[in-house]
Amino acid sequence: MTINTLAKGGLHREQMSCFRKMEKVIVAMQDPDMGMKMRNQRLLITVIPHAMTGQDVITWLIQKYHISEEEALHLGEMLVRYGYIYPLKEPRCLVLRPDESPYRFQTPYFWTSTRWPATELDYAIHLAKKNIRKQGELMEYEKERYSQLHKRINHTWDFVVMQAREQLRASKQRRKADRIVLECQEQAYWLINRPPPGVQNMLDWALERPNNFSTQVPLNSDYYKSEIETSRRALGRNRVKSSVCLEGFIKYSEQYQNHDPIMQGCLPSNPWISDDIAYWTMNSEIVPVPTRLRVERWSFRFMELLSDAMGRREFMTYLEKEFSAENLHFWQACEEIRHGESSKIVEKVEDVYKNFLAPGAARWVNIDSKTMDKTLEGIKWPHRFVMDDAQMHIYFLMKKDSYPRYLKSDLYKNMLAKAVVPQETKKSVFPFMRRQRHSSPSPAQASAQAAEEDGRAGTNSAAGSHF
Amino acid sequence: MGEMEQLRKEAESLKDQITAARKAVQDSTLQEAAAGITVVGRIQMKTRKTLRGHLAKIYAMHWSTDSKLCVSASQDGKLIVWDSVTTNKVNAIPLKSSWVMTCAYAPSGNLVACGGLDNMCSIYNLKGKDGNVKVMRELAAHTGYLSCCRFISDTEIITSSGDCTCILWDIETGTQKTVFAGHQGDCMSLAVAPDFKCFISGACDFTAKLWDIREGTCRQTFGGHESDVNAIGFFPNGNAVITGSDDATLKLFDLRADQELITYQDSSIMCGVTSLAPSLSGRLLLAGYDDFNVNIWDMLKAERVGKYMWKLYIPLENGRKVDPAEDSEGSCRVAAGTEH
Repeated sequence: MTINTLAKGGLHREQMSCFRKMEKVIVAMQDPDMGMKMRNQRLLITVIPHAMTGQDVITWLIQKYHISEEEALHLGEMLVRYGYIYPLKEPRCLVLRPDESPYRFQTPYFWTSTRWPATELDYAIHLAKKNIRKQGELMEYEKERYSQLHKRINHTWDFVVMQAREQLRASKQRRKADRIVLECQEQAYWLINRPPPGVQNMLDWALERPNNFSTQVPLNSDYYKSEIETSRRALGRNRVKSSVCLEGFIKYSEQYQNHDPIMQGCLPSNPWISDDIAYWTMNSEIVPVPTRLRVERWSFRFMELLSDAMGRREFMTYLEKEFSAENLHFWQACEEIRHGESSKIVEKVEDVYKNFLAPGAARWVNIDSKTMDKTLEGIKWPHRFVMDDAQMHIYFLMKKDSYPRYLKSDLYKNMLAKAVVPQETKKSVFPFMRRQRHSSPSPAQASAQAAEEDGRAGTNSAAGSHF
Repeated sequence: MGEMEQLRKEAESLKDQITAARKAVQDSTLQEAAAGITVVGRIQMKTRKTLRGHLAKIYAMHWSTDSKLCVSASQDGKLIVWDSVTTNKVNAIPLKSSWVMTCAYAPSGNLVACGGLDNMCSIYNLKGKDGNVKVMRELAAHTGYLSCCRFISDTEIITSSGDCTCILWDIETGTQKTVFAGHQGDCMSLAVAPDFKCFISGACDFTAKLWDIREGTCRQTFGGHESDVNAIGFFPNGNAVITGSDDATLKLFDLRADQELITYQDSSIMCGVTSLAPSLSGRLLLAGYDDFNVNIWDMLKAERVGKYMWKLYIPLENGRKVDPAEDSEGSCRVAAGTEH
């Protein structure tokens, strides 16, 4: 099953689903009982029926969906920008003003999703009508497009003009109020589907991504030879049983569950909820006393210890007691070569050689002879990865030997004992604290509200469950 | 012709053998392995912060390692660095080209990068001497749009492009060090391994590839998706790759088993995945979709445990700027996720 996001001749599926959602809101707004109260609006000397003010729209949205004013304004603006509601005053300005400015619902006939795609023919007729109705009414960009269309669909131009005249004639027979309304509706439709230059095209979507891989690669013998080469290598690889792998993920998740703020919350409080950044401050790179969770993590795996600046510092202290600190110094120096500036590589490699690898070096590291030979050879042409093998050797040395002993040492145990477990800050009860922002319950979830929050592992209180 | 036919047969037979070897290690299913675990309870998401300021679609965003700052790129031609806690703008960087599609924050916090239809990756120094943020480097070599970029350090960055390749650059000299070619469709996204020794890329050829940074070679290729791979990430322990695709599924590929182990799909989900991010423990997976929703998956049970619906729009929500067609939700969520 391949999902084709572009329905034949239709809107991209993702946009269509959004339009459907917007249309639901619009229909709800026009519901005779629960919808908006509409009234007659005066536009100059004409009275337009069934109109509402911007403020009405916002108020209704706030009440219906239990959202904040900010969100309602945004939502309302989207409805305007996609053409479901249009402004009566300043029709070219597609914004929702939260005041007495009058707006009207676009008729479903002119919904973008209904008349998709907007055709050149229709656009030509629209412009022709404007042109005929009042000479010079077309804006500059409209004039340009009009003449472009005239060239492009010249063969049907008679039809265009005829249609335009017919539609104008028919509209003259309507009441003035209706005529204005229809003109506004049509104009609003075209402002969305053929936006003026400089205005963002709401119907714009991302790049086309052609999959032309079938045409790109020539299937010749070279291609097959390289495929065979790759496959042979791939076949030779060691594959671990899926049970072992899955077990690995499960174990990892269990081990880290307490350290995962989404799962267990974080102490003293979640900064995003409480606006208190103590959690981050307590866990910054260097602190006087680290948190207990952090020190615990050092025991999970060697890389956890090494990638934490404080962990490295502690480990270094331990190694110094054991007279094997040169290993960690060496490892760190190799890291700097790996990730540092290219221009400094030569200089750094030389330093490392002098301090760690040369016979009689001050901090000589114990590498097996094979690796040492290879490294010394490689140093002649220094590059970023020249120390990789030696670094890996020392890494494993520390991991197998010093690291397990460190975890059993008094140094580590003391660190763990004096590590701080932050107090959970009590939720403030002052009524004038920062206003809580709630996301409104989405329509689809309304029915599913019932089955919530059961079976949550671990804490279910303040810090972690709602975020 | 005879030779080529032989070669073709050999290539095919090897591929079959690989398939068989993979099957041979499939001694368990997720259901069996995770039978003893309970599903995570329902997760509710709430908007905490809204970052307002961009004037056009926001195509990408990336968190800084301190979880407070983040950078976003919008097609209004601006790169904005936000302090998400206060919602203030720390920097507003005007771009030469407004057709930006990706941005990245360096782990050190000193640099940001962006790129897009200009086929270039521009690096900006946030900590310049006089306080002004200026272009530090313009990395130009790709022949297609820049879809994603990620820093390894202040001196190295990896980019993925619509020209089907990924490139490792030396920022200092502004030159390309390694070109990773092999994908047969636009590369859409990339992620660097926790140990910085390799990275993964997802492309429009429906596959994900694991590359060795040092060797410049493709170590493993993972197929199985039925459409473009848009989003990619590592499982926190670095042993698996998670991909999100236009085929409406996410898949977990284990590097050691060399195959797909888990698929995250639901018959009610019919639109593509645009972004993803696992939580810190790897238990939860947040995934952003084309219909503007974020689904939260229990990774070990392959079940949905939450949904955040954008309703109609996704301008700026929860420190997450998502453009209707694009993504970043997941990546923002993760840092948001790792912290809460």
